[in-house]
Amino acid sequence: MSQLAFRRSGSTHVLPGFGLSMGISVLFISLVLLLPLTGLFGQLAGLSFAEYWAIITEGRVVASYMVTIGAAAVAALVNAVFGLLLAWVLVRYEFPGRRLLDALMDLPFALPTAVAGITLATMYASSGWMGRLLEPLGFQVAYTWVGIALAMAFTSIPFVVRTVQPVLEDLPAEVDEAAMTLGATDGVGFRRVILPHIWPALVTGTGLAFVRSLGEFGAIIFIAGNMPYETEITALMIFVKLQEYDYVGASAIASVVLFVSLTLLLVINIWQGRFIRRLHGGKG
Amino acid sequence: MRRIGDAPLIRRLLIGAALVLSALFLLLPLVAIFAQAFSQGMLVFWENVSNTFTLHAIGLTLMIALLTIPVCLVFGVALAWLVTRFSFPGRRILQTLIDIPFAVSPVVAGLIYLLLYGRNGWIGSWLDSYDIQLMFSWPGILMVTIFVTCPFVARELIPLMQAQGSREEEAAVTLGASGWTMFRRVTLPNIRWALLYGVILTNARAVGEFGAVSVVSGAIRGKTNTLPLHLEQLYQDYNAVGAFACAALLALIALLTLAAKAGLEWRAAHQEAFA
Repeated sequence: MSQLAFRRSGSTHVLPGFGLSMGISVLFISLVLLLPLTGLFGQLAGLSFAEYWAIITEGRVVASYMVTIGAAAVAALVNAVFGLLLAWVLVRYEFPGRRLLDALMDLPFALPTAVAGITLATMYASSGWMGRLLEPLGFQVAYTWVGIALAMAFTSIPFVVRTVQPVLEDLPAEVDEAAMTLGATDGVGFRRVILPHIWPALVTGTGLAFVRSLGEFGAIIFIAGNMPYETEITALMIFVKLQEYDYVGASAIASVVLFVSLTLLLVINIWQGRFIRRLHGGKG
Repeated sequence: MRRIGDAPLIRRLLIGAALVLSALFLLLPLVAIFAQAFSQGMLVFWENVSNTFTLHAIGLTLMIALLTIPVCLVFGVALAWLVTRFSFPGRRILQTLIDIPFAVSPVVAGLIYLLLYGRNGWIGSWLDSYDIQLMFSWPGILMVTIFVTCPFVARELIPLMQAQGSREEEAAVTLGASGWTMFRRVTLPNIRWALLYGVILTNARAVGEFGAVSVVSGAIRGKTNTLPLHLEQLYQDYNAVGAFACAALLALIALLTLAAKAGLEWRAAHQEAFA
């Protein structure tokens, strides 16, 4: 009986600090994250829908969406394959340098984007270490959309590796032992046994990498060449409008970017929540 | 028992591919930064680093990081405590909201602050009438840096505190500990390493933020130039060695961040082994 009473009070606040932590969290989220968004809507409120539509569908802006989405999609797909390979190698094999490789995976998150930007631009320019090798072969990377995709892939690779890695680690050895005992080859075993377990994580990681690439700025602008209609990303488009003191135009384009990235974030969160619920038998 | 992918040939092939690709894609850029920075010798590197404008940029960058960290720390601990120790309607919404800075493009982050606090914004114009200008000066840089870095501490703490559960804290409180004592004696020792890593990540991002800061800073040399912005100006001025000298300093911070992470992970693994 007393235990029951204790339980009940335990489920509501035995622990202190509910009011304080709620106060700090709500105040901070309101002031830092939500209040500034009102500035964007305030700026757009003065526009009629036709004016708004004209800004966000102008030729140069639409071209920047295409460049950004196309390069981000290529970068995300490359990262899905490369990230899966890295996660697999890091989890499944012991080899000299494994810990170093593991540490290296976080480099793109730790390295400031502008540093990555000037480094990649210098390396892939025609006089750089990589450019010198690639250009005689006919591969132009710097100042093309390939360079944009490369910079995006660099900054977002950890998303795939770090999302897939823990899921692979949690996979019990019995799963693939069973497949091997039943005579599956490595290829079939991977496709039929491993992949069904890890693909939700792979999709989540790739999705996060894609969202990150859509908004990336510092790593890209140095290598992109920034030619209107050809190698100009949407984030730069916003920046250019700002420098021209066209706050309304910048806000309109920013609202599109914001809407797309927040929607994708929400979709990924819901997708991830559903997948985790399924794994843990109904408990969120 | 053999596992999938254990065949020697496959194993060697996959490890080889992973190593070669990572070396080209991740390691080589890192090497290139230092090679460029020191390409004209130690002396030129040092001249570039000890330049007045560079020193000012370093100072401003460190100041911004030092001011950002405590704010993010208080918020991160409060939010993690709230969402892992209590259940209330709206808990999941709070957890989704905290991811906003990760999804928002840094340029958009800078823009929304500029719109609100700039001279034409509804808060900015009001402040302007008292002659307070936040944008194009260091408070603006601080504000957007807090925006982009605020999820890190919370993101590190939430999974850990969720996994640890609240039994120990409940025991402490039931035995009569005050809230502060419980936090200091029970919670803090349990989360200190995750907390430290959260701070390290916050610092790395605060020091390196570029997109958001470049929108609100105005990039005035010797005034509102952080190290990443200064690096950009040098690069645009065709002073590659100078730009890479700054880049090398920032890369060093990144390397220390990675080392700290590896160290903390090693510690966690060994604690488990010996516990």
